[in-house]
Amino acid sequence: MDFLSEHQPEMLPGKRQLPPTQGVIEAPHGTTIVAVTFPGGVVLAGDRRATMGNVIAQRDIEKVFPADEYSAVGIAGTAGLAVEMVKLFQLELEHFEKVEGATLSLEGKANRLSTMIRSNLGMAMQGLAVVPLFAGYDVDRERGRIFSYDVTGGRSEEHGFAATGSGSVFARGAMKKLYRKDLAEAEATTLVVQALYDAADDDSATGGPDVARRIYPIVTVITEDGFRRLDDEESSGIARAILERRLEQPDGPRAALL
Amino acid sequence: MSTPFYVSPQQAMADRAEYARKGIARGRSLVVLQYADGIVFVGENPSRALHKFSEIYDRIGFAAAGKYNEYENLRIGGVRYADLRGYTYDRDDVTARGLANVYAQTLGTIFSSAAEKPYEVELVVAEVGDTPEGDQIYRLPHDGSIVDEHGSVAVGGNAEQISTYLDQRHEDGMSLAEALKLAVQSLSREANGGEREIPAERLEVAILDRTRPQQRKFKRIVGRQLARLLEADGASTATEAEDPEDDE
Repeated sequence: MDFLSEHQPEMLPGKRQLPPTQGVIEAPHGTTIVAVTFPGGVVLAGDRRATMGNVIAQRDIEKVFPADEYSAVGIAGTAGLAVEMVKLFQLELEHFEKVEGATLSLEGKANRLSTMIRSNLGMAMQGLAVVPLFAGYDVDRERGRIFSYDVTGGRSEEHGFAATGSGSVFARGAMKKLYRKDLAEAEATTLVVQALYDAADDDSATGGPDVARRIYPIVTVITEDGFRRLDDEESSGIARAILERRLEQPDGPRAALL
Repeated sequence: MSTPFYVSPQQAMADRAEYARKGIARGRSLVVLQYADGIVFVGENPSRALHKFSEIYDRIGFAAAGKYNEYENLRIGGVRYADLRGYTYDRDDVTARGLANVYAQTLGTIFSSAAEKPYEVELVVAEVGDTPEGDQIYRLPHDGSIVDEHGSVAVGGNAEQISTYLDQRHEDGMSLAEALKLAVQSLSREANGGEREIPAERLEVAILDRTRPQQRKFKRIVGRQLARLLEADGASTATEAEDPEDDE
């Protein structure tokens, strides 16, 4: 990113000149991204809906991307800007790895993402915010880690589980009752889909599983074996299992009172 | 570099070329060979940290002989060029040919300008295609020319002797193990015609493997995988060379 700002600064997302605007630009935003750690790794998942006001702009948008082999970013906010930022982030990580001959530490990657979000503050204040959730497998500490950001790029590490986006409040409530420290990978992937389902249930800007069109949340798992995205078969398996139970209990699994 | 006497431009250029050639011949040799699934780089390199072979982009690898700090500069410049081009346009728009042209320009300028000393480096830029016909290997000597190579190429050290040896023995469609063995044999040839042993710990090996599922085709071969390939007999298939446990 530093090289880019020296030689071709107009390519940086934050440096583009915007014409002065009155009022808020209606650009696609609104989402839920969730992440949960389990022994051996971390799961990062996101819904598929993009909204423009009250209109569903896209049913199958992708909001979760691999940043490199051991990390991934889920993005909430202005879709176009966010995708551009992810692309630059992926480039930055790859570039560092090739020039130095070694990958960045997970903290280093989280830090660079911070700087990128911070440089977008000008546009965020005009209504074009980008807020990511960053998850990765720390090869040195041998565990999954989650970092959440605010719109100024302020970073904080989350323990256990985290969510971001317009539906994050509902997703977090669900995960609070479902999360345990000793989840298996298959349980962790089910947990995130449950959380996304609950978010979609209460937030109109978050999309639930679309079984008819076969559009499911994007669920990614990062372990010592690297980044993996669940394919349609796996995602649909989880979604269908959840939906079947919800036909009996629409509000989801019941937790004990004490 | 001011001289009290007049030196004709031809003489000056010849001197510079001689200087660079000598510098490159002092270093260790490396070889680049085509094999069935891609391109392999083999060189004697006792260092664990300093590399002769590097990844430039998805399908493009870089190899250099000569002065380390000089070719390190060029390597980093190449990575920057490739990443910037791929980001500005698309990943498919980054080609070895474009990169080789940039290197040729840089080396040519350095060689021709009287102010700097010539770079004592010889580079190889290689790109792996979807098929063996799509593979490209470019050799860039110190003076900024480009040579399109096929099959096998050796640079640095006693490169000519090694090249001749390789030309006689290299075949299309060799397995990785076969190509690796041939490369090590060729590097083992001494200037006086004798042979010496190069143990696996002193070898640096890297491949551009078109069959890799990842977008980035460059991979270093070290440790157990390297030892296994050097042991395997020539009849083994290329699939044996792939270790499923090894990650990049």
